Amino acid sequence: MKIIVLMKQVPDTETKIQVKPGETAISTDGVTFVINPYDEFAIEEALRIKEAKGGDVTLITLGWDKAAEALRTGLAMGADKAVHLNDPAFLTNDAHSIALALSKTLKKLQYDLILCGKQAIDYDNHQIGVRVAEMLGIPHVAVVTKLVLEDGKAVAHREIEGGTEVVETPLPAIITCQKGLNEPRYASLKGIMQAKKKPLEAKKVADVDASPGEVGQAGAKTVVLTLTMPPDRAAGKVVEGEPEDAARQVVKLLREEAKVI
Amino acid sequence: MDFAFTKEQLMFKQEVIRFAEKEIVPRVREHDLKEEFDFESFRKLGEFGILGLHFPEDLGGSGADVITTVLASEALGEAGVDGGLTLSLGAHTFLCADTIYRHGTDEQRKKYVPKLASGEWIGCMGLTEPNAGSDVASLKARAEKKGDAYVLNGNKMFITNGPIADVAVVYAKTNPELKHAGISAFIIEKGTPGFSAGPNLIKMGVRTSQTSELIMNDCVIPAQNLLGEEGEGFNMSMQTVEWDRSALLAPFVGAAQYMLKRCATYANEREQFGRPIGKFQAVKHKLANIRIFVEAARTLVYRTAWCKDQGRALNHLEAAVAKLFLGDWSLVPTNDGVVLHGGYGYCHEYDMERIFRDGRLGPIGGGTSDIQKMIISKLM
Ligand SMILES: Cc1cc2nc3c(=O)[nH]c(=O)nc-3n(C[C@H](O)[C@H](O)[C@H](O)COP(=O)(O)OP(=O)(O)OC[C@H]3O[C@@H](n4cnc5c(N)ncnc54)[C@H](O)[C@@H]3O)c2cc1C
Repeated sequence: MKIIVLMKQVPDTETKIQVKPGETAISTDGVTFVINPYDEFAIEEALRIKEAKGGDVTLITLGWDKAAEALRTGLAMGADKAVHLNDPAFLTNDAHSIALALSKTLKKLQYDLILCGKQAIDYDNHQIGVRVAEMLGIPHVAVVTKLVLEDGKAVAHREIEGGTEVVETPLPAIITCQKGLNEPRYASLKGIMQAKKKPLEAKKVADVDASPGEVGQAGAKTVVLTLTMPPDRAAGKVVEGEPEDAARQVVKLLREEAKVI
Repeated sequence: MDFAFTKEQLMFKQEVIRFAEKEIVPRVREHDLKEEFDFESFRKLGEFGILGLHFPEDLGGSGADVITTVLASEALGEAGVDGGLTLSLGAHTFLCADTIYRHGTDEQRKKYVPKLASGEWIGCMGLTEPNAGSDVASLKARAEKKGDAYVLNGNKMFITNGPIADVAVVYAKTNPELKHAGISAFIIEKGTPGFSAGPNLIKMGVRTSQTSELIMNDCVIPAQNLLGEEGEGFNMSMQTVEWDRSALLAPFVGAAQYMLKRCATYANEREQFGRPIGKFQAVKHKLANIRIFVEAARTLVYRTAWCKDQGRALNHLEAAVAKLFLGDWSLVPTNDGVVLHGGYGYCHEYDMERIFRDGRLGPIGGGTSDIQKMIISKLM
């Protein structure tokens, strides 16, 4: 079984995000980067399928030079090879452009199953899996917490408001992964040493048969106008007095000051 | 001396920190308070592969070099893992499993090393006795050969993992007339008739590691449980010194680094007199003190590890300097870490007092600072 995982390098969840005034991207100074946590579920699921059924796992990322580190980590976890769309002309935060570059790359590869995170935790677009499926003309199932493969098809459990939906889809398909699907493994020392020798191929725009005008910022359908930090939280108010009185005051404040009831 | 780490070594160190922060550290405070060993964390360490890093793959290890092993130990401390768990790991892997690996027969290796490397079994090492610590060659435990068995009698004291170990490497005299040359090493399994452990000793620090007496009362073990040859025991125990002065000390360096990180954050956040306390020179100096300790201690520990990787004979003077420096010189910086946090530093929740307490084992365990000074002055 040929499995492809689409993954992204994102700032560590522990990082204090900073935006410099006037900039439309976060400041990367002093930020540590990790594999997007939802993509870790995708990698883990791919590895488990490979371990159970055989096959190989290819990782694809689009990103700056440093994103190669995330690919190496994925290879150290156990993936077999990696493709890095590494060209300044690819770089953008626009979901359409990224999905187009990824789908052009995928068109030149063989796959039975494509896995990716349900969202990336940096820009929270939730769009890549869905868009790539559309561009490739294959089915997708989103926000999956359990995946069972039978010949030629997949049965996926997905989280919906207040319950679970079970969906069957023919393969190849794209599955976007949600927390709960599995517990991602850590890279072992052995895995890290083996990753050193695994193929990591860098690709430029021309290598995926794309024209510079259709990918990256040039092909973007959206433009980020401004990026600002949330305002500092104002200090809270303490209501004092007897419970009955205090409750009355709180209701009054909620109604007149906060205007939430 | 070249301390340029490979990309893979650094990547592994980061992965150990990530693993420990997520899987181990959230459990530390509770176990420290209850003075309980954290079996779950130990199992996870085994699964992750950290209990047997330097053993060959066919014995359940990862074939790591010494520097990588030391970086992993350091990383545990740096992530915030307590000195109790890292001491347990140290006694298990370097004092017990490694001694069997180095001096055992093929059969002994195959029987014990994989089980210890995976964490299925816990190991301990018993050298010190109630009346023989610094003067360890005066130990009284006796092993008498009777047919194809040895009969062991005597007590061991302060044995890390004593109450929970499945297998022990124990030193006893096969020839009581001799001092060093009369000592031999034996493997004793839990449950062997005549072999028992005392209750866990209540300690100042490293509280999640369990420490006890080991009691041998006409304990009969098969003759094939002798490690190496009779009379080689003392040299075997000395060979663990290289690991002791590198991988066993490294978590204390890591813990000081963890303390430094916490202190720097706190100094920026805590405000008094209308500004962050980090703006006061006295506080800056405390941060500098901790940093100086970390830098120097780390270099000493790496140096011991690097020499071992290069296949050089242990430089006993340097090893003693490393041991002494980490033990004695950590007193002021780890105290600074507590004081920098004010009243919060004195409270358990902030980890600082625990790191201070854990560090106090440094001048005692594995050879006191007085003994290190004796060695240093003798070799000068
Ligand atoms: C938490 C903990 C875990 C331990 N784990 C283990 C273990 O797993 N296995 C094991 O075998 N042992 C273990 N030990 C024992 C440890 O190695 C000994 O405690 C240490 O070697 C000191 O021996 P002692 O306690 O008998 O002190 P003593 O030797 O009685 O020393 C008492 C004091 O006298 C001083 N002194 C002694 N001789 C001299 C001298 N010649 N010159 C100057 N001063 C001297 C010492 O420095 C010390 O201050 C552990 C100890 C502790 C506290």
